[in-house]
Amino acid sequence: MHKLLQDCPGEKIMLLGNEAIARGAVEAGVAFATTYPGTPSSEISLNLFQISQETDLYFEYSTNEKVALEVAAAAANSGLRTFCMMKHVGLNVAADPLMTLAYVGVTAGMVILSADDPAMFSSQNEQDNRYYAKFGNLPMMEPSSVAEAKDMIKDAFELSESLKQPVLLRTTTRINHSNAFVTFGEIAPKNTQGRFERDPHRCVTVPAVSRGLHVKVLEKMKDAARLSDDSSYNFVQGEGPLGIITNGVSFYYAADAVKDLGLTGRAKILRLGFSNPLPEKMIAGFLAGCEKVLVVEEGEPFMEEAVKAIAQEQGITIPIKGKSDDLFSRLFEYDPAMVRKHMAAFFNVEFTPKTAVDTSDVPDIPMRPPNLCSGCSHRATFYEVKQAARDMDVICPTDIGCYTLGFLPPLSTGDFVICMGSSVSSSCGFSKATDQKVVSFVGDSTFFHSGITGLVNAVFNNHNFTLVILENDITAMTGHQPHPGVDMERFGLSGYGRVDIEKLVRALGVEHVSIIKPFKVKKSIDTIKEALAFNGVSVIISQEPCALYAKSLKLRKIRPFVVSDKCADHRDCITTIACPSFYLDQDNRVAIDANTCVGCAVCAQICPENAIRPLKQ
Amino acid sequence: METTRLIIVAVGGQGNLLASKVLGEAALIAGVPVRMSEIHGMAQRGGVVESAMVFGDAESSIISDGEADILLGFEPAETLRALNRCSQDTRVITNTAPVPPFTVSVGLGTYPDVAQIKQLIQAKTAGLVAIDAMSLAREAGSPMSVNIVLLGALIQTGALGFDRDVVEEAVKRRVKPAFQDVNLKAFDLGFKAAASA
Repeated sequence: MHKLLQDCPGEKIMLLGNEAIARGAVEAGVAFATTYPGTPSSEISLNLFQISQETDLYFEYSTNEKVALEVAAAAANSGLRTFCMMKHVGLNVAADPLMTLAYVGVTAGMVILSADDPAMFSSQNEQDNRYYAKFGNLPMMEPSSVAEAKDMIKDAFELSESLKQPVLLRTTTRINHSNAFVTFGEIAPKNTQGRFERDPHRCVTVPAVSRGLHVKVLEKMKDAARLSDDSSYNFVQGEGPLGIITNGVSFYYAADAVKDLGLTGRAKILRLGFSNPLPEKMIAGFLAGCEKVLVVEEGEPFMEEAVKAIAQEQGITIPIKGKSDDLFSRLFEYDPAMVRKHMAAFFNVEFTPKTAVDTSDVPDIPMRPPNLCSGCSHRATFYEVKQAARDMDVICPTDIGCYTLGFLPPLSTGDFVICMGSSVSSSCGFSKATDQKVVSFVGDSTFFHSGITGLVNAVFNNHNFTLVILENDITAMTGHQPHPGVDMERFGLSGYGRVDIEKLVRALGVEHVSIIKPFKVKKSIDTIKEALAFNGVSVIISQEPCALYAKSLKLRKIRPFVVSDKCADHRDCITTIACPSFYLDQDNRVAIDANTCVGCAVCAQICPENAIRPLKQ
Repeated sequence: METTRLIIVAVGGQGNLLASKVLGEAALIAGVPVRMSEIHGMAQRGGVVESAMVFGDAESSIISDGEADILLGFEPAETLRALNRCSQDTRVITNTAPVPPFTVSVGLGTYPDVAQIKQLIQAKTAGLVAIDAMSLAREAGSPMSVNIVLLGALIQTGALGFDRDVVEEAVKRRVKPAFQDVNLKAFDLGFKAAASA
């Protein structure tokens, strides 16, 4: 049995934040769950995917976040408790349905989880998604710890049902990827049989209907504001004339700082866990009992601006500060020492922290930049495209996935990336705006996510570029989730369809379509050259399973290679493809680590001396 | 209850996430509150993996620069890189067996001298225990048991305040039955090596 399905209320278990959230969904009786994977949210869906194989939970990896939210919206309007989860930038993709779903509402509980990533551990920006709650008129809840995240899910569903409105649950990486002890609760029974009752004056958003819905959603938010003022997730801890208003993980940094600074009895903390709409009465009462107030929140001054507005309405003129040049930043993550330092400065408390040791005399330590894996097919494809385009002035738009790492030397292939799918559409723009040759890269999962519409645009507007679709049969970067081009029998699952990328691309009207097997170097380079010579939209599909995935499924017979004594020490292998299996031995000669080499043989094909050979076993 | 802050640094694949789970389990057995935070994601692609563990009464789950009470390094250069997390009161336990970064492996960078790494850490902190955990892991029966060798060394120093049988029980709970004997031997070898280091 899956560890998150254990029916043992009261038992304590150590869980990753994302596991605790998945367990929270199980305890809440979630019947329907959808997602598109994205760090730091991915382990939530991975666990629900596994759980769905043992229970009657319906779970799907949808094509992208917009699709996931629309699929979920239907379920939540058919009476099923529905959970839809994604990373913060995924909510941008889902923003279109989000804004109007907030008008329409739901008939059963619906929670939309946004996993924000302050400090951008694995993201292209650190946008603060709390503004989506305000923007879209969605009630929002934010946990401060792993254990609270689990318990909050159930209450978020109940809140959603009482208001008939989707609720946004906003986490940050430090919740998703922290471990803590969690106490199992009861597993609620779930209703898995939905029924849609027609209600066109709520569900068909023509202008005449939506005018009425906008009025209703504002009324719902007034009800939500009353609930926020009474919510046990908004509470005051401690007492004294100094005030701190905080949310999320910052709450604990602030609580530790109050203790460390000896402010117990002099400072009180207002923790806001039901944070849209904010509990205005509660905040006004809190401000009335303070001499000065520090707002501690990562990201944008979301609470700070609201608190200042409340103070203005109440005629309260105490100092209220948060973000400023000498206090908190809008950048990156906070940490306990930073919060303590700013709190000490704002409340005029002396504190001498432990000083970090002086590292000025420490020698330079070589970095460990992430690298494409040994035997990664993307490395081979990038090398081959570089060879085929070596005499051309090329722009290489790329996309989001492991292959973004191709921008690093020595492959140095990747010039422009802003979001999922942008490789294809930006190629349209580059090809019209410049005379440069455009060759772009998109992964298979990303192509399904949001590359297809860009390609339709390219065919219709007759753009001129080559798109390389890196078909490695899996969503690799986020931990090997399936996508619509994947053979689900490899997961031991039946009853799924499969979309063939080549047929799809041809059906879109792309005239020049070719397939390469990137581990066949010369043949691939010849094929790429033909595609580059084509005037119009050409697509190359580079087919080879992800090396890690192939290894885990034993799809390839692993036969390591070795460097023979024919090696003349040109080092082309190291300087052009830089596979992490290479190293220099004690005689300073190139060698291959047989423990990590998977035998893709790409290096053997580029060695000018033909010195790299299969290991005789 | 006093607060003890532990940082574990490792290279992807060295098993520090399992090591921190074992210590978390030990904390549960010993009745000590614990919070842990980890940064992974690029680990499979050769990057650095860091776990922070806060034992005792503090509420935060991350550790600021200079505030680690203990630094446990699975790789000597990574231990040195994490020195900014230490103060002069920090106790450091490190593996001395290098895992060279790719740039070093192919001659594009220089790996710092391990003797110098030890000397620098020794001079700047409250004490260093340095053991060749890789050799001991091989002796235990698997190079994959480097993580548990280092846990043995950590527990021997007494810096964490956990009894050895508590952590051994946690190893049994967290490690698959097939690998238990190897890992318990690894724990023992690490414990003994730290005693004589």
